[in-house]
Amino acid sequence: MSASTKTIEELTRKGYEFGFVTDIEQESLPPGLNEDTVRFISAKKEEPEWLLEWRLEAFRNWLEMPLPNWAHVKYPPIDFQAISYFAAPKDQPKSLDEVDPKLLETYEKLGIPMHEREMLAGVQQRQVAVDAVFDSVSVGTTYKDKLAEKGIIFCSMSEAVREHPELVRKYLGTVVPKGDNFFAGLNSAVFSDGSFVYIPRGVRCPMELSTYFRMNAGHTGQFERTLIIAEEGAHVSYLEGCTAPMRDENQLHAAVVELVALDDAEIKYSTVQNWYPGDENGKGGIFNFVTKRGLCAGKRSKISWTQVETGSAITWKYPSCVLKGDDSVGEFYSVAVSRGHQQADTGTKMIHMGKNTRSTIIAKGISAGHGEQTYRGLVRVLPTANNARNYSQCDSMLIGDQCGAHTFPYIDAQHPGAQIEHEATTSRISEDQLFYCKQRGIGEEEAVSLIVNGFCRDVFKKLPMEFAVEAQKLLEVTLEDSVG
Amino acid sequence: MAMLEIRNLHVSVGGEEILKGIDLAVDAGEVHAIMGPNGSGKSTLAKVLAGHDGYEVTQGEVLYEGEDLLELEPEERARKGVFLGFQYPVEIPGVANTYFLKAAVNAIRKHRGEGEIDAMEFLKHIREKMKLVKMDDALLKRPVNEGVSGGEKKRNEVFQMAVLEPKFAILDETDSGLDIDALRTVAEGVNVMRTPERGFLLITHYQRLLNYIQPDRVHVLLDGRVVKSGDKTLAEELEKSGYALFEDNAA
Repeated sequence: MSASTKTIEELTRKGYEFGFVTDIEQESLPPGLNEDTVRFISAKKEEPEWLLEWRLEAFRNWLEMPLPNWAHVKYPPIDFQAISYFAAPKDQPKSLDEVDPKLLETYEKLGIPMHEREMLAGVQQRQVAVDAVFDSVSVGTTYKDKLAEKGIIFCSMSEAVREHPELVRKYLGTVVPKGDNFFAGLNSAVFSDGSFVYIPRGVRCPMELSTYFRMNAGHTGQFERTLIIAEEGAHVSYLEGCTAPMRDENQLHAAVVELVALDDAEIKYSTVQNWYPGDENGKGGIFNFVTKRGLCAGKRSKISWTQVETGSAITWKYPSCVLKGDDSVGEFYSVAVSRGHQQADTGTKMIHMGKNTRSTIIAKGISAGHGEQTYRGLVRVLPTANNARNYSQCDSMLIGDQCGAHTFPYIDAQHPGAQIEHEATTSRISEDQLFYCKQRGIGEEEAVSLIVNGFCRDVFKKLPMEFAVEAQKLLEVTLEDSVG
Repeated sequence: MAMLEIRNLHVSVGGEEILKGIDLAVDAGEVHAIMGPNGSGKSTLAKVLAGHDGYEVTQGEVLYEGEDLLELEPEERARKGVFLGFQYPVEIPGVANTYFLKAAVNAIRKHRGEGEIDAMEFLKHIREKMKLVKMDDALLKRPVNEGVSGGEKKRNEVFQMAVLEPKFAILDETDSGLDIDALRTVAEGVNVMRTPERGFLLITHYQRLLNYIQPDRVHVLLDGRVVKSGDKTLAEELEKSGYALFEDNAA
């Protein structure tokens, strides 16, 4: 191998530092999907009869659904019979102390705190509670007891089904119905694990809650299901992070996330998505086909989505808000990066139903290499939504001349009083900007990351402090060497 | 040897020769002014010295502290102490001035084998320099050159120069677009920075800047050539008679 190919290889590899595989004994279902698969998963999780029926209904319905093809993404057909729908570490721990050291090591390497830190006297330390999902199961949740003191439930979805079936039954599928769309249908049939959060009335969650999704096993899909409920006046900030090993095959991640905010409740949901994007030729990588939706059910409730999408071969998701309660507020702040051969078709839907509902959309798309970037958004104002307002801003930045940026904003105003604003820009990093930075001593790569970070600033400042720094670093790594 | 020595410099843009054999030497501790009408090649000279890649050097050389300057990348020149105050400072949306300056300071320190600057020390340093150019504190958090007037941008260039403390500073028409008060402030900033170790090249269209900054030498640039050099009285002569006086020499 010549020196220069080696450098190129090092650089492209350097771009994804979470690509390792954890060597752990796992049990998994052989590939294939039929009613028995659904029954197996349900039995494995010791689910009640109603949930098995719910899954089976979803599965039968899914069989009738056509694969959607409207997204601006290209990929080879997915063989749903070639995927394993369940994989889990063999030894299931009963408590955090019993978690396999190899798993703890994995999370250590990923920089995820799985130990509950003692509060040091006199030292103000931010605590973050973590639920760690490894392939199809949650392997541990931290700070559960501390949160329980306030009546907050933070656990894996499987545990919630066992311990709080009444809450799960009341809310599951109410925001994203099981027949909502093809991938949500599939998820409803075979969903494995995810997080469950319940914040009781009037409680402000004292720490950040986060779930860390790790796909480890090969030929496996991850079908996470997350449900967050904020009762009247409750507040919660939640973050999810995602990584996966580098593999030559494409892997499917089809999640469903449902949020419910009652009167005066507020949910802030942040995502830092860094699934393996595939290699420099576009081989391998995660298909991230996700349905995320929040229901502002109550008056003056607020749901805010913030996402930083740097990974995945294909990202196809639209975290949305249904603004049902009067005076409710929906927000969507997004930074999406596609480089190499990555494709992203992402955006949001803001459905205004209640009076005086407001929504804000700020989407920043960055394309480099052969990356394709699409913003797709829907702002719908129903006849009931008197005095609804929306402001949307979509900015695209192109780096190099092989990439693309596309914007598809849909506006459907059914009330004459609706106020909808849409602004869009497309820009490049100019030679002048680069020269200016260089003239001050700043090298090219650092200059690019500086300019891109500036471009994303409006979104980064919405992220919780700790994660804003993480997101900035992630962007630096992602864009390394993207300017030729 | 002079700090900066330009020898028989020929520069073309798109096949057209703009600089036609410039010879110039600036010693440490000196301020040289280059005056000339529009299109004489003043800005081309500034950009070539800073390393802009839109220009082709066809002949000649530039030595900076005895080293071949033209061989160096723009960022290497900057790290070695060459500063260009831009005629048209560039906007970098969303990047705060402090953040930008810190990145620059640290890049220069790294080049010198020093560690990153301490946050408190940095803040103290920039506060001090802000006073020098009478800049508002609020500017620090504002994005680089975004949403400010042309005059403010020029003042910001001088502020950046003060913070980065270069060895050799080229100021490209920093005086244009400034009102009289701003011009005075900018000139004061430069004067404070005049030390026996530092060299300056002031590029200007008008003589008025030189009322506030006394140059050691003045060079008249016409059609890509230095047609006359002299002391500060040359600038005054120019102000009276205009560039027409030298046009015969240029031909």
